[in-house]
Amino acid sequence: MKGFNFHSVKNVKEAKKLASGKSAFLAGGMTTIPAMKLRLALYSDIIDIKNIKDLSGIKVSSKSLRIGATTKHAEVASSKEVKRAISSLAHLADGIGDPQVRNRGTIGGSIANNDPAADYPSACLALNAIIHTSDRKIGADKFFKGMFETALKKGELIQTVEFQVPDKSCYVKFPNPASRYAIVGVYVAKYKKEVNVAVTGVESVVFRCKKIESALKSNFSSSALDSVKISSSGFNSDIHASSDYRAHLIKVLAKKAVAGCK
Amino acid sequence: MASSLIGSRVERKEDKKFLTGKGRYTADINLANQTYAYFVRSPHARATISKVDISKASNAPGVVKILTGDDLAKDKIGGLIAGWKIVSQDGTDMKCPPHPPLANNTVNFVGDHVAIVIAETLDQAKDAAEKVRVDYKVLKAVVNTGDAMNSKPIHDGIDKNLCYDFLLGDKGKTDEAFSNADKVVKLDLVNNRLIPNAMEPRAAIGDYNPSSEELTLYTASQNPHLSRLILSAFNAVHPEHKFRVVAPDVGGGFGSKINAYAEDVVVAWASKKIERPVKWVAERTESFLSDNHGRDHLTHVELALKNDGKITGIKVETIANLGAYALVFATVTPTYLYAPLLIGPYDIPAACCNVKTVYTNTAPTDAYRGAGRPEATYVVERIVTEAAKEIGMDQAEFRKKNFINKFPHQQCLVHNIDSGDYNAHLDKALELSDYKNFENRRSQSSAKGKLRGIGFSTYLEACGIAPSAVVMSIGAGVGLWESAEIRFNATGNVSVFTGAHSHGQSHDTTFAQIVGEKLGVPIENIDIIHGDTDKGPFGMGTYGSRSLAVGGTAIVKACDKIIEKGRKVAAKMLEAKPEEVEFKDGEFIVKNSNKKKTIGEIAFACYLPGTYGDIKSPLPEGVEPGLVETSFFDPSNFSFPSGTHICEVEVDQDTGETKVVKYTVVDDFGTIINPLVVEGQVHGGVAQGIGQALYENAHYDESGQLITASYMDYTMPRADNFPEFKLGFTSTPATSNPLGAKGCGEAGTIAAPPAVMNAVIDAIGEDISMPATSEKVCNALQKNKKNKEAA
Repeated sequence: MKGFNFHSVKNVKEAKKLASGKSAFLAGGMTTIPAMKLRLALYSDIIDIKNIKDLSGIKVSSKSLRIGATTKHAEVASSKEVKRAISSLAHLADGIGDPQVRNRGTIGGSIANNDPAADYPSACLALNAIIHTSDRKIGADKFFKGMFETALKKGELIQTVEFQVPDKSCYVKFPNPASRYAIVGVYVAKYKKEVNVAVTGVESVVFRCKKIESALKSNFSSSALDSVKISSSGFNSDIHASSDYRAHLIKVLAKKAVAGCK
Repeated sequence: MASSLIGSRVERKEDKKFLTGKGRYTADINLANQTYAYFVRSPHARATISKVDISKASNAPGVVKILTGDDLAKDKIGGLIAGWKIVSQDGTDMKCPPHPPLANNTVNFVGDHVAIVIAETLDQAKDAAEKVRVDYKVLKAVVNTGDAMNSKPIHDGIDKNLCYDFLLGDKGKTDEAFSNADKVVKLDLVNNRLIPNAMEPRAAIGDYNPSSEELTLYTASQNPHLSRLILSAFNAVHPEHKFRVVAPDVGGGFGSKINAYAEDVVVAWASKKIERPVKWVAERTESFLSDNHGRDHLTHVELALKNDGKITGIKVETIANLGAYALVFATVTPTYLYAPLLIGPYDIPAACCNVKTVYTNTAPTDAYRGAGRPEATYVVERIVTEAAKEIGMDQAEFRKKNFINKFPHQQCLVHNIDSGDYNAHLDKALELSDYKNFENRRSQSSAKGKLRGIGFSTYLEACGIAPSAVVMSIGAGVGLWESAEIRFNATGNVSVFTGAHSHGQSHDTTFAQIVGEKLGVPIENIDIIHGDTDKGPFGMGTYGSRSLAVGGTAIVKACDKIIEKGRKVAAKMLEAKPEEVEFKDGEFIVKNSNKKKTIGEIAFACYLPGTYGDIKSPLPEGVEPGLVETSFFDPSNFSFPSGTHICEVEVDQDTGETKVVKYTVVDDFGTIINPLVVEGQVHGGVAQGIGQALYENAHYDESGQLITASYMDYTMPRADNFPEFKLGFTSTPATSNPLGAKGCGEAGTIAAPPAVMNAVIDAIGEDISMPATSEKVCNALQKNKKNKEAA
């Protein structure tokens, strides 16, 4: 790891002021620190935002669930409020990485990093999330731009992620046996007027699977997916799963997710 | 008291330090005036080097020295060696390329060593390493085992990339068995390449003392004496009498720390050049790239059968991948540690095995936990399972029909098996695994939408790699005896020096139990010392499940010498004849009397041999003062552990995900000193074996880049991948050592892969290769479905 200046800040204003083209915000550091150790990422300044009190915490209302950016996966996984409002989200958080990662990693860090195989981006898309940043609100559908790329501008800091509480939902993940990231993760959320199905791990960025959504809209049941055909074109292919296998898994997991919706 | 120590579940003496973070590994050692090293490694699988330009790097901040292959050649530092000479079937010696510790003008795998950068800090060394300019001309790499013989040679003068073409067995007799067979069963098998992944990455510190001209190398090694011998005799780094090698606490080896590595040679030599300590610690990716890998075989096997289920012959052809160079145990692993075991525990009258061992542009392979025996057992137990299906016999009955029943048994290839009872462990495993109710469990799984399968593995292995006369006659560059020295101190406690090396095997506890039992001393008063060439006598180190059978026996023999000397001293003090003195539970007692002395009193007497006040202990005439005895033990034979593993898996029909849901082990390790330790060894071994079968695989792409170079891609199994293992033991003591011990360190990795794969194949009805990843299983299920629909 190369040398850098370390700043621990107390509020968002201070964090923004220190931010530059060569800085990085540090929350759990689950990606940033390994990348620095491997010399894949070099920063002149690391701005630690863990001590900004307003950025952490869970608030729930009848329609929405708001989770602060530096809230840890373990906190989401064990939160009674989250379990009551959107139990699938607590389940998702409980399946990220391992206990060490869940006790350090944060929701804001996960979506800002936007790993193509991360779990949280699928929750954001499926649950019509609004990402509240230091500067503005961004809809999840406009937030995830490409591989490790988001709509965030330099120095813009995620503050809260606001999820729309669905009628029922379920997340099913087929983990990579080595990394435990998603080879395929399918998030199904049913609202009064729509069904959202978000898929992670399969392309360069999380996406909604319209074919499955339209099949479910008229008939919300696993059997509605029997005749759906998923093309593997453009899907990721690697030593753990070919694109065809990923296509196969999307359907298998979507059916499980529909059956598991609550 | 003492008689209860053997076979007792003594908690590990070493646990306290390891569980409280007080282990002292090579990386924990920091010396005054120490420098830090970073290696420039080849990013290419195969290239020639026209120039290594260090000018810019040498001027980088903090740089102390940069050394390359040219410097090494100027100082006449020798190359790394293959320690075992194998002869081809045409009578020619094996062919080994030069293997300089730093590249001369070619590199042959990604991670091959090019230069060492030494600086005041590690970051400075890394910064400077980025500035070393190496002009590579990239050449087409040979990567796959199966392609090597059809590719242009990667090393000058090694035709077909062939190290040797080895044949074991009577080909004529085997062909005859096949022509008289009622049935012949055939299989093509892949034994996947694995990366050992010891928890502690390798590390080395060279420390030259210009005043005494002594060189010390601290290194994560399984055999420090052997490393010193190799570095002195072959690499010419430093004369042996001025050279100390210390392997302190070592966090796992599995064979990957047997070799004297390039880094050991280079940091030791570099320390002499700069007259400062040079420290190197591998990063995890360096371990993936440059630790020796294991396995990597392609095999065709055929089994000849009679209609009644009797096996009459086995024929095996294997191509084994050596990687880029031939390492210390690399050439014997796929030959003498492999081929003789292809008969398994069966009475097969004819066998023949051909092994072609090839070079490729991949990391060198060498012995990895089991070393040859897992590869052999995979071949035997897979084909035997297929044969039983072909004949239509129950797996257990088919095995019983073919087991060796009388001992000693001279096998048709090499080994003379001294003892065993294979029906006993198979029967016990059937009972422990509740085999008779398997079909009920299969139905229960089916009701959940899962396919359940069962797999057997009845293995026989050869441990202890010895005796010296035998191993040297088949090409070993060293004898494989073991040493022990016992120093009974004047104050009554005991220092035991062993040439074996513990890197997880619990020698501190097991050996202390043996000494405690023999000498009647509490184990708290016994210290086991190993891993330092300056402390104890020359020893051969730990691998091949040899520490107890060979090293433990050396300790027993040294204890016997202590007792014999003590008897003479006791006799003098008790005014009796030595033959009238008996030794029991730590006391020398004159027969039919109450006259006795404790061994502690005798030790004290040995160090105060005269009369002084109350002390009256003149030694008998001709007896030297002190109570120190050394023994070197060379056994009469290998030892032959065996056992039965039964695995049950469940397969998800939709995703192909496969889980081991029930695993039963019954092993015959002969005499067990500490069941707690042995169970731990079995658990670890089975976990590694299941890892090979379902998860682990070293994957190189076509250009020779290692794709699985981190835990993001190399699937190390984790605790949640395993069910609770059910363990049992049977015992037929070995006759080749007085303990009756057979060796337990590798049995799990040897037996588990075929047990798991036989279960997977039973569940899905299709043959697939290791590792049985979800996608492979899923594709096989779809193929099976299509085949059934077509039929």
